[in-house]
Amino acid sequence: MFAREPAMFRLEARPVPSRRMAILSPIFALAITVALGAGLFVVLGKDPGRGLWLLFVEPVKDGYALSELSIKATPLLLVALGLSVCFRSNVWNIGTEGQFIMGAIAAGGVAMTAGPETSRWIVVPILLAGTLGGMLWAAIVAVLRDRANANEILVSLMLVYVADMVLGYLVSGPWKDPAGYNFPQTITFVEATRIPRLVAGQRVHLGLPLAVLAAAIAWLFLFRSYTGFQLQVGGLAPAAARFAGFSARQALWTALLISGGMAGLAGGLEAAGPLGQLTPHVPAGYGFAAIIVAFVGRLHPLGTVLSSIVMSMFYIGGELAQSRLGVPKSLTGVFQGLLLFALLACDTLVAHRLRLRRAPSAPSAHVRGAQ
Amino acid sequence: MIDASALLVAASLHAGTVLALAALGLVINERAGVVNLGAEGMMLVAALAGFVATVWTGEPWLGLFAGGLAGALLAAGFGLLVLWLNANQYAAGLALSLFGAGFSAFAGAPFTQERLPERVDAFRIPVLADLPWVGPAVFRQHPMVYVAMVLAIALAWFFYRSRAGLVVRAIGESPEAAHALGYPVRRIRLLAVIAGGALCGVSGAYISVIYTQLWVEGMVAGKGWIALALTTFGTWRPGRVLIGAYLFGGVTMLQFYLQGRGVAIPSQWLTMLPYLATIAVLVMISRNPRWIRTNMPASLGKPFWPEG
Repeated sequence: MFAREPAMFRLEARPVPSRRMAILSPIFALAITVALGAGLFVVLGKDPGRGLWLLFVEPVKDGYALSELSIKATPLLLVALGLSVCFRSNVWNIGTEGQFIMGAIAAGGVAMTAGPETSRWIVVPILLAGTLGGMLWAAIVAVLRDRANANEILVSLMLVYVADMVLGYLVSGPWKDPAGYNFPQTITFVEATRIPRLVAGQRVHLGLPLAVLAAAIAWLFLFRSYTGFQLQVGGLAPAAARFAGFSARQALWTALLISGGMAGLAGGLEAAGPLGQLTPHVPAGYGFAAIIVAFVGRLHPLGTVLSSIVMSMFYIGGELAQSRLGVPKSLTGVFQGLLLFALLACDTLVAHRLRLRRAPSAPSAHVRGAQ
Repeated sequence: MIDASALLVAASLHAGTVLALAALGLVINERAGVVNLGAEGMMLVAALAGFVATVWTGEPWLGLFAGGLAGALLAAGFGLLVLWLNANQYAAGLALSLFGAGFSAFAGAPFTQERLPERVDAFRIPVLADLPWVGPAVFRQHPMVYVAMVLAIALAWFFYRSRAGLVVRAIGESPEAAHALGYPVRRIRLLAVIAGGALCGVSGAYISVIYTQLWVEGMVAGKGWIALALTTFGTWRPGRVLIGAYLFGGVTMLQFYLQGRGVAIPSQWLTMLPYLATIAVLVMISRNPRWIRTNMPASLGKPFWPEG
């Protein structure tokens, strides 16, 4: 690999990136992750077959399991769709976790104004508030990048910690449930505010069809709208975009507001859906995991649908592995990290190809020397 | 009777050392043109590695060494991915941070109840430690505090007074030119990335082994990201980075100082301070594009592919 002595293989840049490899690469990456994961189970002294069964079969085995899967996949998909738009514009919003938290806070704030007589329609302002909350948090990143050229990666990330503290302050201070035995949590939101469920007895809620609809809209936006086209040109070839008169500032704002809004919407759905109250445990890492979902899904709406399902399996599988195999739940994080690493390694083959070196280089040098 | 302000300075130097070690390490790889956003992940894994090594051997210095080794290994993996497989530096760094958070939480789960055997005593510099205010403020620190200071001076000498440092800077400014001159750009970049990772690792281990003396999931709490911001703040110059790290150490300590004085501000607002300070500093320093452009390594974050 260090190319002093002739290596067996050599990487050669492809003239055009391979479309086939672009689709195959996430599948290879998943295979590598599964193989490494199986190895991890062996190292831990657990049956790898059972471990993989928990990760890939149990989460999809029946309707109830699928409903639980959708609870994880919905926020992941929503956030990843926004990030797909954002990353395609070459804007690096890494702080969707913070925008998710702010969305949950804003949605929770509206939900707590509801009383016994409140109409079911309050769900609409709740979700709007969530979206706006996320947009507002991302707008801070946009302003500082736009006005002061501050690096959006670091600013958005710092704002995750700030959002976390704001949440911590609210639930242990002004918004603390007076009857909550001094636990840092808000009141349980009244029934009218809860996101409508789709199937009686299961937790799958309106967020799922919303997320699927969002995927369709994201596809239309990216591949059938002029604004989406402008964003992508700006991301791929900033000089060309400038030459064509596309505004980089507008692209920055659009990318951040869309990704922030989607993360905020996901946070609002989470707060008024499965959680039903605000606690310090609102941030569950969906904002960070969605970065992986977006990359594995090739920043394509259809791809993110598939990759959000796979990532949700890791979530459920991690929980199952904890309860049934006694393995820490953070196994999920290990699998997520490995998947992204494997993907980046496999992606090399999109832009490059492996060339086998046929003959050792010594004879050819000899021939050249003889001439 | 020791002055409270002297104690605050001492605590700031102690806290700033964590940031200084990591940020000085990141300066090395950024000077060579490679951004490693995996600092947070490397520090987390190194914090765990250092803690476990200290629990097993009872020797904090071995803990710091183990942390450095863990950081170097992870950085090497990142380097291979970015330099030889041409992966996007931002994405690969993020992958490292996400993996490090997940892996350290996973592997560290059995160690959350462990306690370290003994405290490492502060090192009193003879004579100077007995000076009235300066003694307790500066000269009664853990040896690593002095190591960080010496490191900053050594790096400044390396980059501006040594031939090897000049080569590293040349690669950061123009890898193509350095390549044309016959320097092995990718190998030197890999070494810089490994050196940066090793220092991030020592910094991570310093947190768990010396600073808090326990292991908690996610305990690095954004210090890796703040260290990344510090390299910009210090315009990639070791001396300025060191001073920046101490300023941030001061901000971190301010919250405990204010809490200790019974200032009636909810703790969350005080905990926010270092993160808000990072944003404020980034905004201030980035407002002047020329200032950044004249100091930033020109190839920072850009891939280099010798064949094509």
